[in-house]
Amino acid sequence: MGRFNQGSLVVSSSPHIMDNVNTTRIMLDVLIALIPAFIMSGFIFGPRALLLTITCIAACVVFEAGFQYLIKKDSTITDLSAVLTGTLLGFNLPSSLPFWMAVVGSFVAIVVVKQIFGGIGQNFANPAITARIVLLVSFATPMTTWPLPNQLLGTVDAVTGATPLGILNMGTDLAALPSNMDLFLGYVGGSLGETSAIALLLGGIYLIWRKVIEPSIPLAFIGTVFIFALLTGQDPIFHIFAGGVMLGAFFMATDYVTSPRLTSGKIIFGIGCGLLTMVIRLYGSYPEGVSFAILLMNILTPQIDMLLRRRTYGGVKI
Amino acid sequence: MQDMLIILFSAILVNNFVLVKFLGICPFLGVSKKLDSAVGMSFAVIFVMVLATAVTYPIHMGLLVPLQIGYLQTIIFILVIAALVQLVEIALKKYVPALHQSLGVYLPLITTNCAVLGVTILNIDESYTYIQSLVNSFGAGVGFLLAMVLFSGIRQRIENNNFPAAFKGIPSVLIAASIVSLAFMGFSGVIDGLFGL
Repeated sequence: MGRFNQGSLVVSSSPHIMDNVNTTRIMLDVLIALIPAFIMSGFIFGPRALLLTITCIAACVVFEAGFQYLIKKDSTITDLSAVLTGTLLGFNLPSSLPFWMAVVGSFVAIVVVKQIFGGIGQNFANPAITARIVLLVSFATPMTTWPLPNQLLGTVDAVTGATPLGILNMGTDLAALPSNMDLFLGYVGGSLGETSAIALLLGGIYLIWRKVIEPSIPLAFIGTVFIFALLTGQDPIFHIFAGGVMLGAFFMATDYVTSPRLTSGKIIFGIGCGLLTMVIRLYGSYPEGVSFAILLMNILTPQIDMLLRRRTYGGVKI
Repeated sequence: MQDMLIILFSAILVNNFVLVKFLGICPFLGVSKKLDSAVGMSFAVIFVMVLATAVTYPIHMGLLVPLQIGYLQTIIFILVIAALVQLVEIALKKYVPALHQSLGVYLPLITTNCAVLGVTILNIDESYTYIQSLVNSFGAGVGFLLAMVLFSGIRQRIENNNFPAAFKGIPSVLIAASIVSLAFMGFSGVIDGLFGL
């Protein structure tokens, strides 16, 4: 093949009609959708939150380029996937986390979870989610020290406290739970990008409008959390706005590579995420279960795909 | 009844033998490439675990404890389990030759499998009753099955990946196993919480 002039003799299989949808464009759309939450994180937690996210982005891009240079592969940093992973990882960290820990997390996300498995499209687990869990397990105290929102811009932030879900988990001081309005806007303790439900909803709706994601996973995920909370006598509004449900449902569970291909599979995936999230929240020792739920469903994804794949009539079992 | 359920589900999820206790890694890595053999191996492990417990528990309580020779526990358990696995192998060879073929070298490996020996010794360390021990062994085996089924899907998913040369084969599989194990940490405390402890 290589000897022919590539331009004049291209024979390719279908599809033949192309549009301008490609990886870079999709990643860019997701990044655009994350801008409101990025801005809100700055308002809620101050400039250090912005700086931490930018550190993650820079570290992810450097690790991606560096690793690909080391193994002599073409660099894929221009597809923006490393930028997106860095942004999502940053959003999953408390704003007071030491910068070097964020860099360790970026290394796990890009090198261990993504590049070692062959790079973009070949990882079976979501890089940002896995990196967050690695950090949570490795540095439990800094990863669960939540700065309270400082509503005065730029003040030195030293006050920490429990997240709304943390308060619920300890069960001692339920009067300290924030109002649902505060949760909706995001003026509560938590990971820096996950608190503002309204900003994340805006981004999610943008993604659905741009047809970057199907609404099936977010709807199934959030709906399951809502119904589960209702059935167990919890406040359903509180549970869908608290913690990482919005960020997880719209931006991390919908990752093409680590979620099922068919819509039916996506619905099963979303329901599974919702169920596991609520089981871990209400019964587990961790106050929040979104990241574990998504990682567990990532692991189940090959089985879901296998279960739902179209069987050819008269075909043989693989 | 409730304590039985707690023991059963804890053994499957929270104290998963492979993913949380890191026992039985050899068959976990060796036979998880294909779903069929993974399931076959897991059923063999469930069977051997329950059988081994059923036999070693009375031996411990009726023989080793009265004679005060508890220090012989390890060697006696190994002997008993080895004999049992041979029995399973003979039975499989005779009645399910296809399964015997697909398990190949791995069936004799259960003989020296730390998961099987581990479950019999842990039952006694936890001072479970006879019934509790059997339930715990069954749960440990089902947990092994769960880990195998989940992991076989991932193995097939990443089979044709374009790994960097240094990570082809076992290194990448071990890293994948560590990620699955991380996910199972999320279950900590779930069973106790569910049953209101």
